[in-house]
Amino acid sequence: MLIPHPLLGLRDAQEFTYLGDAALLDRPDGGDEAAFFDYTYLRDNPAGQHRELWFHEQGDRSWLVVTRDTRTHEIVSAELASDVKRRGGA
Amino acid sequence: MHFSGFRVIKEALTGHKGWKPLWRDPEPQPEYDIVIVGGGGHGLATAYYLANTFGEARVAVLEKGWLGSGNIGRNTTIIRSNYLLPGNEPFYEFSMKLWEGLEQEFNFNAMVSQRGILNLCHSDGQRDAFRRRGNAMLLAGADAELLDRDGVRAMYPFLNFDNARFPIKGGLLQRRAGTARHDGVAWGYARGADRKGVDIIQNCEVTGFRIEGGAVRGLETTRGAIRARKVGVAVAGSSGLVMAKAGMRLPIESHVLQAFVSEGLKPCIDGVITFGAGHFYVSQSDKGGLVFGGDIDGYNSYAQRGNLPVVEDVIEGGMALMPRIGRARLLRSWGGIMDMSMDGSPIIDATHIDGLYLNAGWCYGGFKATPASGYAFAHLLATGRPHPTATAFRLDRFARGHVIDEKGVGAQPNLH
Ligand SMILES: Cc1cc2nc3c(=O)[nH]c(=O)nc-3n(C[C@H](O)[C@H](O)[C@H](O)COP(=O)(O)OP(=O)(O)OC[C@H]3O[C@@H](n4cnc5c(N)ncnc54)[C@H](O)[C@@H]3O)c2cc1C
Repeated sequence: MLIPHPLLGLRDAQEFTYLGDAALLDRPDGGDEAAFFDYTYLRDNPAGQHRELWFHEQGDRSWLVVTRDTRTHEIVSAELASDVKRRGGA
Repeated sequence: MHFSGFRVIKEALTGHKGWKPLWRDPEPQPEYDIVIVGGGGHGLATAYYLANTFGEARVAVLEKGWLGSGNIGRNTTIIRSNYLLPGNEPFYEFSMKLWEGLEQEFNFNAMVSQRGILNLCHSDGQRDAFRRRGNAMLLAGADAELLDRDGVRAMYPFLNFDNARFPIKGGLLQRRAGTARHDGVAWGYARGADRKGVDIIQNCEVTGFRIEGGAVRGLETTRGAIRARKVGVAVAGSSGLVMAKAGMRLPIESHVLQAFVSEGLKPCIDGVITFGAGHFYVSQSDKGGLVFGGDIDGYNSYAQRGNLPVVEDVIEGGMALMPRIGRARLLRSWGGIMDMSMDGSPIIDATHIDGLYLNAGWCYGGFKATPASGYAFAHLLATGRPHPTATAFRLDRFARGHVIDEKGVGAQPNLH
């Protein structure tokens, strides 16, 4: 799989570490136990388009939000997670 | 039709004209007492024990494809009970005991072969961990032996003992572990369930649940609506998708795991060998192919195929452990979609919806669990109480802080 890094162009997915659903960007307040349980453990786990977090560990060490089809491995887009966060979250 | 040596010889002498289909192909009835969703190993085993052991008469299994099209027909066939934690080990040992009597019980050759599994260790720390695991196994009534380097060398002299990074220091051996013919297991359970009157309905996809007043009343399927008092979902890698139709989110991600088979070779590996440090495990099938696998690809997938970097990684692990397999040609590889639960352990429980039960989260270790999973799920569905060996597999254990984190990597399904 090649990930279209917004700054570095196409990069091999092997350079990245996968964290999972991009919803993890929106971390709830630790005091809200129910919300934190949801956040830590429950997942939508869709078949189809999935927004997810990839860490460019062996590259520029940026976090990306990658939109990928979980049925075909097709990658639709990749953005810097910091941009997504600035826009108001996942 | 009863299978026996006499029967095989008779058929051989009469042109094999007397064999019959192993199960019926019934039309779905409008209503059942219990409907099992998913005709994989676990679903079929559940139906078999429901009908055979718990005396349930009106049971159906609904399968969206054909029997054996899921992970039951895609795995690397290893059965073992070398677990550590109290929530796990008695359950897997219960499964091992069921494997040992399985073929006699359902009168079908599932080629259960107790050829032994050897987990290699490469450091003093790992040896200590194996000693502890072995003791946990013995306490739960399983068998375990700790081998030193010479003990391993006597079994498998061809391993690379002096690998600079992972020298082999010994191994944990479970002699009663081994392999079973995976689709033979599905066929045996399907035949056994069918003989007890279970309707096995193939090409019937569940597309929705009928839930009224907090209780399940039945299912929508591609072959029409079916009413049911109780529904048990056992759909392996599709648990997230199916339970979403009942409005539930699960502590599960779906991931792909690949497996590989080499060309047929002369007998060279008589047991199962696992190389945890590089993550590679291998056995040899009765047809001679080396059957092996390694890590999951590591990201959510429903593709039923993996990507090449993991192929390379698995084969590197194999070459590091036994350089001679570099001469063998790879015949084929494939992938299966599995539930990866947030602690790497399974879920067998009732849900908050009355009459709706869940069997899920088997990760890449669920084949060995097939008999016990079916038995425990049938026990839960029939009696409303969890089987004594499966009391820890609760759905709410994550919220309660009672995870069964066998691998100790926390809520990271792609690391389990
Ligand atoms: C490559 C690989 C290697 C493995 N190796 C091992 C191993 O060596 N040892 C081990 O213990 N475990 C192993 N496993 C894990 C093991 O195979 C699984 O955990 C186990 O088989 C899952 O249970 P099952 O047999 O019921 O699943 P499946 O056979 O996948 O059954 C689930 C069924 O549900 C059906 N279904 C899905 N959605 C619907 C729907 N909406 N309606 C109706 N039906 C539906 C599917 O078509 C499928 O047939 C491996 C898995 C893989 C992929």
